[in-house]
Amino acid sequence: MNTITPPPAFLDPARALACIHCGLCLSSCPTYLETGNENDSPRGRIYLMRALQDGRVALGDTVAHHIDQCLGCRACEAVCPSGVQYGELLEHTREHLEQHFSRSLWQRFLRRWVIEKVFPFPERMELALLPAWLIKGWRLEGLLPQFAREALSLLPAAPAPGRLPEFCPAAEPARARVGFVSGCVMTVLFGPTNEASVRLLNRAGCDVFTPVGQGCCGALYAHSGQLEQARACARHNIAVFERLQLDTIVINAAGCGSTLKEYGALLREDPEWADRARAFSSRVRDLTEVLVAAAPPSASLRSGDPAGARVTYHDACHLAHPQRITKPPRDLVRARAGTNFVELPESDVCCGSAGSYNLTEPAMAARLQRRKIENILKTGAKVVVTTNPGCLLQIRAGLRQAGAMDVEAVHIADYLDRVSG
Amino acid sequence: MTTESPTILSAAVLDALGEIVGRDNLVYGPEELLVYECDAYTIEKQLPNVVVLPRNTAEVAAVVRLCAEHSLPIIPRGAGTSLSGTVLAVTGGVMIALTRMNRILQIDYRNRRALVEAGCVNAWITQAVKARGLFYAPDPSSQSACTIGGNVATNSGGPHTLKYGVTTNHVLGFEMVLPDGEVCWLGTRPEGGEDVAGFDLRGAFIGCEGMFGVVTRVLVGLSRAPQSFKTMMGVFESVDEASQAVSDIIAAGMVPGAMEMMDQLITQAVEAAYHFGFPLDAGAVLIIELDGLAAGLERQAARVIEICRANGAREVRLAKTEAERLELWKCRKRAFGAIGRLSPNFLTQDGVVPRSKLPEIMRFIRACSERQGLRIPNVFHAGDGNIHPLILYDERDPEQVRRALAAGHEILAKCVELGGSVSGEHGIGVEKIDFMAIQFTAADLAAMQMLRRVFDPGQRCNPHKMFPGSKRCSDFAPKKQAAA
Ligand SMILES: Cc1cc2nc3c(=O)[nH]c(=O)nc-3n(C[C@H](O)[C@H](O)[C@H](O)COP(=O)(O)OP(=O)(O)OC[C@H]3O[C@@H](n4cnc5c(N)ncnc54)[C@H](O)[C@@H]3O)c2cc1C
Ligand code: SF4
Ligand code: SF4
Repeated sequence: MNTITPPPAFLDPARALACIHCGLCLSSCPTYLETGNENDSPRGRIYLMRALQDGRVALGDTVAHHIDQCLGCRACEAVCPSGVQYGELLEHTREHLEQHFSRSLWQRFLRRWVIEKVFPFPERMELALLPAWLIKGWRLEGLLPQFAREALSLLPAAPAPGRLPEFCPAAEPARARVGFVSGCVMTVLFGPTNEASVRLLNRAGCDVFTPVGQGCCGALYAHSGQLEQARACARHNIAVFERLQLDTIVINAAGCGSTLKEYGALLREDPEWADRARAFSSRVRDLTEVLVAAAPPSASLRSGDPAGARVTYHDACHLAHPQRITKPPRDLVRARAGTNFVELPESDVCCGSAGSYNLTEPAMAARLQRRKIENILKTGAKVVVTTNPGCLLQIRAGLRQAGAMDVEAVHIADYLDRVSG
Repeated sequence: MTTESPTILSAAVLDALGEIVGRDNLVYGPEELLVYECDAYTIEKQLPNVVVLPRNTAEVAAVVRLCAEHSLPIIPRGAGTSLSGTVLAVTGGVMIALTRMNRILQIDYRNRRALVEAGCVNAWITQAVKARGLFYAPDPSSQSACTIGGNVATNSGGPHTLKYGVTTNHVLGFEMVLPDGEVCWLGTRPEGGEDVAGFDLRGAFIGCEGMFGVVTRVLVGLSRAPQSFKTMMGVFESVDEASQAVSDIIAAGMVPGAMEMMDQLITQAVEAAYHFGFPLDAGAVLIIELDGLAAGLERQAARVIEICRANGAREVRLAKTEAERLELWKCRKRAFGAIGRLSPNFLTQDGVVPRSKLPEIMRFIRACSERQGLRIPNVFHAGDGNIHPLILYDERDPEQVRRALAAGHEILAKCVELGGSVSGEHGIGVEKIDFMAIQFTAADLAAMQMLRRVFDPGQRCNPHKMFPGSKRCSDFAPKKQAAA
């Protein structure tokens, strides 16, 4: 094979060589499960990244396609025995693609405008979504081109924005001072969920601070390879939360949580911020971690209400894989649902939402959405609990398309608030 | 050295393949083929001409027929976790990857068997039936990824082989496509009884390393999960002492479900990866699992602990909960991978020696490691004397590659010398071809070739493997890229 001039270094050689090509990650990769093509698997993608770096392949549509098709769900990372930090390899490769690969106009519009300039800003998102909601309200979807219809189908029927008070005191004498990250998508589409989260924290003995100055966590930037923007977000948030002298920083969106916990790695090379970032990240906890620590759910299973609906739990990728949090949310749900709790087959296979993935890679997103819905329907559950806004939108849209109107997808905060409040 | 050139595939054949499986299910551009240039044995590399991803038996048969018409080599492939280069496209050719045929088709609880497609992942079967107290016994350490088709082709075993046997003991029958495209069923049929009249062709096929045809569907037997387990970790000062304990346990008339040994280097790597709490200064760690009826296990466990102590174990720890037991197995099963933390590449052998020769072969490996200047951690199935030295090297340094190969050779030659064999489970592939002539006589090899030609007269199916005199890929692509 002809070799090409290798591009500037974008992969850390030691991290890239940690992959010993054993293949143990294959069967946990959602895109590989769908296509069976090893280029859509972690081992294949790492091989492509390395080949790109070494000048064995040129950066063209094919390589970009397989890298784009990656969900960034990091299921591979959780099972890799060799400790390959796939998420980081992916972000660095995507950064390289962003700088050296030109995409179609529509993809550029999506990436530059919708994902980077609108999503991370709650006010802009509300404005931007207005026409979309009107189209939905008036049932004009049919007039739109296919890709826009797919994007639109993800939106809930009505927005539910909400701004939280800056301070909400604990119900009982406060045991902890926690900061709350309100999130961009959460703020606009899931206001009540944020309120429920704060109520749960208050009941768990936490004084909750939600600083208004906080901004986007930077996850969408980081995942699409805009590392500089992601770093800017990180610096901003670190500064905002530092002022409050908090014990813990709580987040109820899995996707944001994993990014917040990785500020330390993101700013590793920045001498001024590295320590502060590490200190910040070490304080970040998912809502379910905090709730379980405050009041460990009893291990003995109470019998479920015989008339009650079956409940199941979908692992949001960014909670289950990078954060390895699978037990606390299950314990919380099981403690309420008792024997009505059923496990979801393939519960940790991505639903296809993956941040902005369902906008940029609608075809694969739809395949994984169908797979997820089929598994949900198999369980007979009427309630699907999860921990991430993207998953909620994706699963709700999927359930609607499947005509499963009697199955609801709820955020764990809403579920817990409802059954205990 | 031969000068035969790798396969050439015409655009017309490519189109015809695309018509069978759909263009989306063909992999043929140079960028996309790259990852198919090797399996988990990364020393030798060669691109296939095309990879096809069929959906069902009919598609596989059509692809195979087309290849027969055009005399093209075919290479069946599962998950590509082979450690001996058995899926290498030595002269190029059409690779048939079964990865889209991965469903569990039927579970027959009454007769305790399951019908699965060849690309079904080994561990999925147990996952699907464990709620009913059943499991699929062969448990290669790669079971979370490797396919049943690959298991059949290599007759895989695992830690529990000691008690439960290997793949051939648990596969009742299977559907396959012969190299001329004919579909046939060998062994028990899904609807049939267990006994089959005539020769056991199923048994002849298992372990063929993909040379007899393409497996498409497999009927596996399910076993009743043991009622209870006692899983112990013995910490020894040396591999010698641990090996003696293994022999003594068997001599005492017990058949543990598994007895696995890890030496110091691998224990350290595994500990770095999983933080289980393995002692970093121990010479060897022995994992022993007893299983069966709860009554009586207690007594056996006490006996095992006694034997370990008598052999100088400084500590014997019992897994207290099921979670702890699973954690211990996770560490063992992912031990290979954990060495990615020590070195970018590894070459592993799976020679077998009589159990009594374990201390001797381990001493030899240590000496070999010093001679070649390469680290060689060991993790292996001690119960059946199946060693797995992991020779660490960096493929960017050709000198290290050479020394790694030399070390592998020396170790296998020693296994044969000690009365053992060169492969317990990973197969011969391209890696161990040279050892066939050492282990077998010319007459043995000729007989094997005759059997092969019964299935594949044209010798097009996964060619250039296993038999001495086969072409090596270095004959075709003398100057290969080092890295990647
Ligand atoms: C970390 C690690 C640990 C391992 N541990 C073990 C272990 O404990 N025990 C063990 O036995 N092996 C082990 N292996 C080796 C390997 O996983 C097994 O040989 C496994 O059976 C290969 O399955 P596969 O699906 O990956 O097949 P592949 O690697 O794709 O193929 C292996 C062989 O099977 C043939 N083949 C594959 N599918 C078919 C089919 N449908 N029809 C006909 N032929 C086919 C191929 O042509 C090739 O010859 C390990 C490998 C790794 C990487
Ligand atoms: S990423 Fe990890 S699990 Fe996957 S092939 Fe590489 S080392 Fe193996
Ligand atoms: S991040 Fe997810 S989609 Fe991407 S390679 Fe890993 S498992 Fe596959």
